[in-house]
Amino acid sequence: MTILANILIVFFIVAGLVFIVVSAIGLFRLPDLYTRTHAASKSSTLGVMCILIGVFLHFWLIKDHFNPSILLGVLFLFITGPVGGHIMSRSSYIAGIKPWSGTVRDDLKDEIERMKKEQNIKE
Amino acid sequence: MSFQILLNLFLAFLWMFLSSNYSLSRFIIGYLLGLLVIIALRKFFKTNLYIDRVWAVIKLIVLFIKELILANVSVLTLVIKPKLALKPAIFKYNTQLTEDWEITLLSSLITLTPGTVVVHVSDDSKSLFIHVIDSNDIDETIDSIKYSFEKAILEVSRS
Repeated sequence: MTILANILIVFFIVAGLVFIVVSAIGLFRLPDLYTRTHAASKSSTLGVMCILIGVFLHFWLIKDHFNPSILLGVLFLFITGPVGGHIMSRSSYIAGIKPWSGTVRDDLKDEIERMKKEQNIKE
Repeated sequence: MSFQILLNLFLAFLWMFLSSNYSLSRFIIGYLLGLLVIIALRKFFKTNLYIDRVWAVIKLIVLFIKELILANVSVLTLVIKPKLALKPAIFKYNTQLTEDWEITLLSSLITLTPGTVVVHVSDDSKSLFIHVIDSNDIDETIDSIKYSFEKAILEVSRS
């Protein structure tokens, strides 16, 4: 039984580590802010969640101590991770950071220009 | 809907008082029996059964977790590949959702799907501007958003 529990714990923690390493590599390799948001907002969320679940299972199954605050941490990460990615990319678009030159289509440009004209904001 | 939940709790307490046994297992048995009564009397309620909405929420959570894992695997393959094959684009997506919490939920679902991040929500909150990392299959992405996420959210709010 302990062996099964240990396998589960090691699986979760290794999966979390892999996802965090991948998001770090993604931050290096991807060309601009908007593509980096993809790596940062998805992989790190799931990575930290996997590690927290591994820690929770370790204390629950091995040390026999049920700790619900770790589960609350998982829930809060789940809610706040995507919102962080959204806010970072939105604020930098409005601040005028241009997308990468390979970007094929940009529907947002006209919308932001229209908004700025309505609110009388000069570049 | 909240009326049905309150009624169900009331029936559970009634069952506990009838059997004069105040334990958790009695409460659960009473709750399940009350649920049966509510299902039997569903014609007399103006709204739909609350259990339908609970079921829709469970389906939405399962969808959320599945999409999160798929998104991470796709980012993993994209980043690990020796040659970066990127074709990013920002496109406009018109949504039919109206409530604020529905749009918030939809945009966090989209952010956690493979290859899409919501950059901006328009002032009238009728369209979302989505940054997609691989623009070869924009139509496919739109279809998957429209027929899986919006449908699941509509099931929660309209049922």
